[in-house]
Amino acid sequence: MRGRGGLLGAYAALVYLFLYAPIAILVVFSFNRARQTAVWEGGTTEWYRSLAKNDLILAALKNSLIVGGVATLIATVLGTLVALALGRHTFRGEGFTRQLLYLPVIIPEIVLGAALVTFFGALAFRLSLLTVVIAHVVFCVSYVAIVVRARLAGFDRSLEEAALDLGARPAQTFFRVTLPLLAPGIVAGALLSFTISIDDYVITSFVAGVGSTTLPLQIYSMLKVGVTPEVNAVSTLILAVTVVLIAVAQRLQRRPAEREETS
Amino acid sequence: MRRDRAGVLLALPTWATLGVFFLLPLAILFVVSFARRDTYGGLKPIGDLGAYLASGKFLEHYARSLHPIYLKIFWRSLWMAVVTTLVCLVVSFPAAYYIAVVARARRRPLLLGLVVVPFWTSFLIRTYAWMFILRTEGLVNHALLAAGLVHRPLELLYNDFAVLIGLIYGELPFMILPLYASLEKLDRSLLEASADLGAPRAATLRRVTVPMTMPGIVAGIVLVFVPSLGQFIVSDLLGGAKTILAGNLIQNQFAIARNKPFGAAVAFELTAAVLLLLWAYARYTRRRGEDVLL
Repeated sequence: MRGRGGLLGAYAALVYLFLYAPIAILVVFSFNRARQTAVWEGGTTEWYRSLAKNDLILAALKNSLIVGGVATLIATVLGTLVALALGRHTFRGEGFTRQLLYLPVIIPEIVLGAALVTFFGALAFRLSLLTVVIAHVVFCVSYVAIVVRARLAGFDRSLEEAALDLGARPAQTFFRVTLPLLAPGIVAGALLSFTISIDDYVITSFVAGVGSTTLPLQIYSMLKVGVTPEVNAVSTLILAVTVVLIAVAQRLQRRPAEREETS
Repeated sequence: MRRDRAGVLLALPTWATLGVFFLLPLAILFVVSFARRDTYGGLKPIGDLGAYLASGKFLEHYARSLHPIYLKIFWRSLWMAVVTTLVCLVVSFPAAYYIAVVARARRRPLLLGLVVVPFWTSFLIRTYAWMFILRTEGLVNHALLAAGLVHRPLELLYNDFAVLIGLIYGELPFMILPLYASLEKLDRSLLEASADLGAPRAATLRRVTVPMTMPGIVAGIVLVFVPSLGQFIVSDLLGGAKTILAGNLIQNQFAIARNKPFGAAVAFELTAAVLLLLWAYARYTRRRGEDVLL
C-alpha cells in the first residue's frame, strides 16, 4: 500500500501541476516587463496600472459587476424559493420543476445563446444590459437551486418540527429557524451564481448589444487582436476574485458536514 | 411533507421566468429552424403555409446540414469530444483514486479544493493560458529554441492538437469531481477482502473498484462529453480558422453568415444528440436507483 501510495501521490502531483502550471505562468507573466516575448525581463506592475487607465476595460468591468450583481440577486431569490418548494412541499408539477431546472445546465450554452438572441429579435427587443441580465438569470437560477436544495436536504428537519411543536407559527419558524440554517447555502449559491455570471462568454456574446460589453467579451476581443500583457493582468485579477469567491462558497457549503463529524 | 399550494407559489416565479425566457425562446428557435431566410439575414414571410409544408422546403436547413462539408465538421466535433472524454477519464481516475482513497483524510479537503477552483474558474482565461504558452513567441517555443532543439519556432497553435489540449485541460476537473464523489463512497473493506482473498491488484481494480464506481465514471463521461460537443471558445482561440467544430458552425450562422434558420437547425441537431445522451444517462442512473443531479 505504501509504495503504491507514493507512486499514486507522485502521479496526482503531476495532474495538479498540469491543472495549475498554465494558470501560474499566466499570473507570473502579468508582472513581466517585456511586452512581446516570453522571456523574463524583470518585474513590473506597469500592466496593472495601464489597466486602471484603460477605459474599455473599466467600462466592461462596470457592466460585468452590474450584470453579475443584478442577475445574482434575482437568481438567488428565485432559486431559493424554488428550492424551498422542492425541499419542503409536495405539489403538482414537482417533476416538471426538477426537469425545468435541470435543462439550462445541460443544454449546450451555444444553443441557449442562439435561442435567446432569436427570441429577443422576434420581439424587437433591443440588445442591452437588460438582455444580458435576463440571459444570466436563466442559467444562474439552476445553480442556486441546486446548492440551496442540497443545504436543505443536509439539515435536520426536527429543528423545524420542534419550533412548530413549541407553538411557533409557520412564519416564525421559517424566519427564526429555517432561514438562518439555510443562509450559508443561499450565500454559497449566490457566490457561485456571481462567479458563473462574471465568467460567462458564450451566452453573453449572443445577447450583448452595443455598449453592454462585459469583461469576458472585452478580453476575447483583445485576444483576437493579439496577446498583450494587459490581458494577463486582467486575467490574474479575475482569477484572484474567483478563487476568493469559490473558497468562501466552499467553506459555507462544507460546514454542516464538519459539524456532524465533531459532534 | 404537506401537499399544498405553498409549493406552487414558491415555484411560480421560476416557472414564469424559465417559461418565458427559456422554454419559449427554445420553441421559437425550433420554429425558426423550419423557416426561410431572406437576403438580409431576416426571415422571409411564408405566404401559404400548407403549400410550404407540402413542398418539403421547411426541411431545407436540416437537409443542408447533411452536406459532406458539414458532416465533416460534425465528425470532427464527435471524435474530438470522444478523445477528450477518454483522455480525461484515463488521466483522472488514478488522481481521483489518490484523493479519495489513498491520501490522508486530513489533506482531502485541500486536495479536493484544488480541483474545485479550476472547475469554477473562467474557461476563457484557462483557454487563453494555453494560447499564451503555445503561440509562436510563447514559452514552449522559447524553451525549444534556447535548448537548440529547433531552429525556427514551431506552429503549435491553430491545429487539432492545440484544440485537444485545450479541451482536455478545460474539462479535466469535470471528470475528477464525479469520480472522486463515487470513489469516496467506495466501501474499503471490499478492497481489503479482495486483496485478502488473494486477488492481484489489477483484478481488484477491474472486478471491484471500477464496477463499484461506475456511476461516477458515467457521470464524468456525460459532464465532459456534452460540453465538449458544443465547444466553441477552445476551437476558436486555439484552432483558429482551421479547426471548426459544430459550435463554431452555429455561432457563424448567427454572427457572420446571418443564416439563422440554418444555425437553428444545427443547434437543434446538437441539442437532440445531447438530450439523447442524457436520456440514456437518466435511464442508467434510475436503474441503479441513484439520484439524478437534482
